[in-house]
Amino acid sequence: MSAGGSAAVAPRQDAVPAVALRGVSVAYALADGGRYEAVQPVDVTVEDGEFVAILGPTGCGKSTLLNIAAGLMAPSSGTGTIFGRPLAGLNAVAGYLFQQDALMPWKTARDNVAIGLEVAGSTRAAALEAAAAMLKRVGLAGFGERYPHQLSGGQRKRVALAQVLVRRPKILLMDEPFGPLDAQTRLIMSELLLDLWQADRKAVMFVTHDLDEAIALADRVLVMSAGPRARIIGEFPIPLARPRDVAEVRSEPEFHRLHAAIWGCLRDEVRKTYALAAGEGRA
Amino acid sequence: MSRPKLLALQLLVAVVALLVWHLGSTVPLGLGADGKPFFLLPKFFFSTPLDVLARVWTMFASGEVYRHLAITLVEAMLAFAIGALAGIVIGFWFARKPLVAAVFDPYVKMMNALPRVVLAPIFALWFGLGIWSKVWLGVTLVFFIVFFNVYQGVREVSPVVLSNARMLGMNERQLLRHVYWPAALAWVFSSLHTSVGFAVVGAVVGEYLGSSAGLGYLIHQAEGVFDVTGVFAGMLILMVFVMAIDFVVTLVEKPLLVWKPGETKTV
Ligand SMILES: Nc1ncnc2c1ncn2[C@@H]1O[C@H](COP(=O)(O)OP(=O)(O)OP(=O)(O)O)[C@@H](O)[C@H]1O
Ligand SMILES: [Mg+2]
Repeated sequence: MSAGGSAAVAPRQDAVPAVALRGVSVAYALADGGRYEAVQPVDVTVEDGEFVAILGPTGCGKSTLLNIAAGLMAPSSGTGTIFGRPLAGLNAVAGYLFQQDALMPWKTARDNVAIGLEVAGSTRAAALEAAAAMLKRVGLAGFGERYPHQLSGGQRKRVALAQVLVRRPKILLMDEPFGPLDAQTRLIMSELLLDLWQADRKAVMFVTHDLDEAIALADRVLVMSAGPRARIIGEFPIPLARPRDVAEVRSEPEFHRLHAAIWGCLRDEVRKTYALAAGEGRA
Repeated sequence: MSRPKLLALQLLVAVVALLVWHLGSTVPLGLGADGKPFFLLPKFFFSTPLDVLARVWTMFASGEVYRHLAITLVEAMLAFAIGALAGIVIGFWFARKPLVAAVFDPYVKMMNALPRVVLAPIFALWFGLGIWSKVWLGVTLVFFIVFFNVYQGVREVSPVVLSNARMLGMNERQLLRHVYWPAALAWVFSSLHTSVGFAVVGAVVGEYLGSSAGLGYLIHQAEGVFDVTGVFAGMLILMVFVMAIDFVVTLVEKPLLVWKPGETKTV
């Protein structure tokens, strides 16, 4: 396979970007009246149809950035635009797969998936049918009648994925979606995600702490520095040809070159995070 | 422990207690100083289990007790329905309007601090000696339990679940229906046994303090003439009555709370 950027890799440059964060910074108000400067002004752009992965040490502000893009939180400074329109209030064209469990515990898996269509005006029958089909796609046919507490952590994540995908959002925000899954399931889910994404290329902002996963999936990898005042310290286009085989791609020489380059960028930041934490522990 | 074994032990406790009561009240320990037989549990104060059972039997056989049971049941059901409805509506209102909650907070606490028994005479004055003074007494008890639970339930909806529901495109009305309402209802149901119990307490206490019908009235009447057998018979009927209601509540709540992580069964 050629490593050169094929036409399939390059995003459509003519269109307006799906997500454009300009000079966005975030400071959290602390309970004691102070402020925690989580993210320094950063620029993040995700083109329509582009798959962007965000890597960074724990606590650097990855979820924070996704919350801004989702419109759940206003930035302390800077602006966001979604397909050229200023982001005010919720981002209605985005689907957000949360890092934490976010299913409604009082609804069955099927109802959890169907509800997004129902509130948008689908008939219940149509919504349930679509939900059942989507659950089947994520490998949960036959689990529709279970309540979240009757599912494993990985199964819950897959229900959440179905819940987001069934609405066909134009932008996908995913926060460590495969975090609690075992290595094999991660691989299968990554494949599934790429399949679904390949079918109707959405813009994706994908947060992960797994370097291999980021390279295997993304068109572009952003690396964030350790907080506080986290910045984007590296941007790596991933010129691996598509469609990709998530497992095979890991044995390509280009993959290893990228891995080494990105890890070189990330390593020091990860160390910094732990050094900082150890220092605080002593104080 | 296996179920039959547990049941046997539970029965044993009842048998022992009844036996002690029976022997204590019928078998004299000896002669007192005045030459009369001396009992551990004198009949005048403690009656005997057989007398109490016989009294319960005649009360049912003569049919006189049904009217009182029906009255207490109606009072308790009305108290529960009105108290729960008011608690749900106002609990929701307070939870969604923090300003309202902040303004009324001290008054709610003051009202709840009041032991409700002292309201019984004034309610009798306001609403008469019929069922409504008992119903309102029950309402003041049920309302606060349901109110606090709904308030808590609505305010403690997981922020992530809420954010997720918003991202799924729910408007305020849909959030209310699909998120706040089920969350609050779970809390209401977790306190259902307590609130139903208090509805009965309100009814019985009200009857006890002034009425012409109901289980509380029966017990009060018997006490008035030192009829200990009658008091115990009334209490026994009341206990079984409350347990029967509790059983119905359990039947009702089971299918409504299937989504709650409870005891996990393996086979
Ligand atoms: N509500 C808040 N109040 C104060 N500080 C916060 C709040 N939320 C997050 N933070 C801080 O902001 C920083 C970034 O948090 P964020 O959740 O975005 O990290 P993250 O990169 O997603 O980490 P992880 O990989 O562990 O999920 C952290 O240091 C965190 O402690
Ligand atoms: Mg996070």
